[in-house]
Amino acid sequence: MTCDEAEVLIHALIDGELDAGHARDVEAHVAGCARCAAQLAALRDLHDAMPVQGLRRAAPASLRASIERAVPSPAKTDRRALLKGFVAGGALSALAAASVGIVILRQDRDSIVVGEAISAHLRSLQADHLTDVLSTDQHTVKPWFNGRIDLAPPVVDLTAQGFTLIGGRLDFIDGKPAAAIVYRRRVHVINLFVRQGAEGASSTPQFEVVQGFNVIRWSDNGLALLAISDINREELEEFVARFTAAARLAQQS
Amino acid sequence: MMAPDFNKGDDAAQRFRAAALPYLDDVYTLARYLLRDSHDAEDAVQECYLRAFRHFASFRGGSIKPWLLAILRNVCRAEYARRNASIVATGGEEDIAEQKSEGLWDDPPSPETETLRRLDAVAVQDLIARLPEAYRETLVLREINDLSYREIADVIGVPVGTVMSRLARARALLRAAWLAEEKDT
Repeated sequence: MTCDEAEVLIHALIDGELDAGHARDVEAHVAGCARCAAQLAALRDLHDAMPVQGLRRAAPASLRASIERAVPSPAKTDRRALLKGFVAGGALSALAAASVGIVILRQDRDSIVVGEAISAHLRSLQADHLTDVLSTDQHTVKPWFNGRIDLAPPVVDLTAQGFTLIGGRLDFIDGKPAAAIVYRRRVHVINLFVRQGAEGASSTPQFEVVQGFNVIRWSDNGLALLAISDINREELEEFVARFTAAARLAQQS
Repeated sequence: MMAPDFNKGDDAAQRFRAAALPYLDDVYTLARYLLRDSHDAEDAVQECYLRAFRHFASFRGGSIKPWLLAILRNVCRAEYARRNASIVATGGEEDIAEQKSEGLWDDPPSPETETLRRLDAVAVQDLIARLPEAYRETLVLREINDLSYREIADVIGVPVGTVMSRLARARALLRAAWLAEEKDT
């Protein structure tokens, strides 16, 4: 073991992250290396000096109370009231009421996804955080997602078709990690979000306008995709068509 | 205290409260260190719990603490965007820690290492608050929120190796700041 390796692994040692075998290796190195031994001693000293309990912050009682008041959210209550109305009216059987519930919940979930995609799109434009990996090369962007997200997003270069790949980013939508693949059309940015969808599910692209943005959602073999931009509808539809075609080609080759 | 619109019959709400509320102090602690402002921290925690509740159906079991902290971190990143701050810890910044890892110890300690003088908690909080963002969050998640390397990697969205190099750097910076503080006082 080199000192460079030991320098990082001594942290794992004091954090209890090493298995017995690796712990022995690190200890053996430290035993024969004054420099690493000093570093380990310094780390243990820091560890012992940290007043851990005093570093925790207790949430104010008023915050706890206001969270308790807010869960469940008002939207949830409204939905329940709506269902109750159906059942109480006796116009629908319990089964029908349940299916209404499912439809309402699904729509709700969909609007959460679109709403958060719009927020993520806006953040990417405002916060100078458009890309985590900046590259026009699909062979750089695609592997960047390895280990960062549990899916292999299709990354294709569409420069020849007028949509320039500019990079990738990790985002969160509806509580799930999403791969954001970023393209540029003239001065307009297109964020393409790729998330895990229902297993094996495929669906045709659906266009909608939300909060002034053009959004197209579809799914392809278990991946849920969402493209969002301020380019016009025709161009966004062209983007989705070209992307889908290129991704299929890439998959076959 | 019973909330007016809290319905006891709502299973999801009750399961959420039982699972998530015990970690309120953890979430609040991280928010304080990330945002360095008690008012913003309260807002962020409130928003975090609302989002977590909305997405509770998508929570796949396992440990809920890292899941909550990941949501909190996202809320804080939106807050950074609002503040238009330039220092945002992102999944793509691992190079910082990696590039700097050569100079992990700017001033390599001699074999006769000094022992740190004990500082009170407020002084140490202040030292941590002054660490750069990416190192601060890694250190807090490890030392105070008590997450494993794997959990930290999931929360931040970086590989475990990056967590390790950031943590090493964070501790080196903290120790150096601690020693400097002793000299000043």
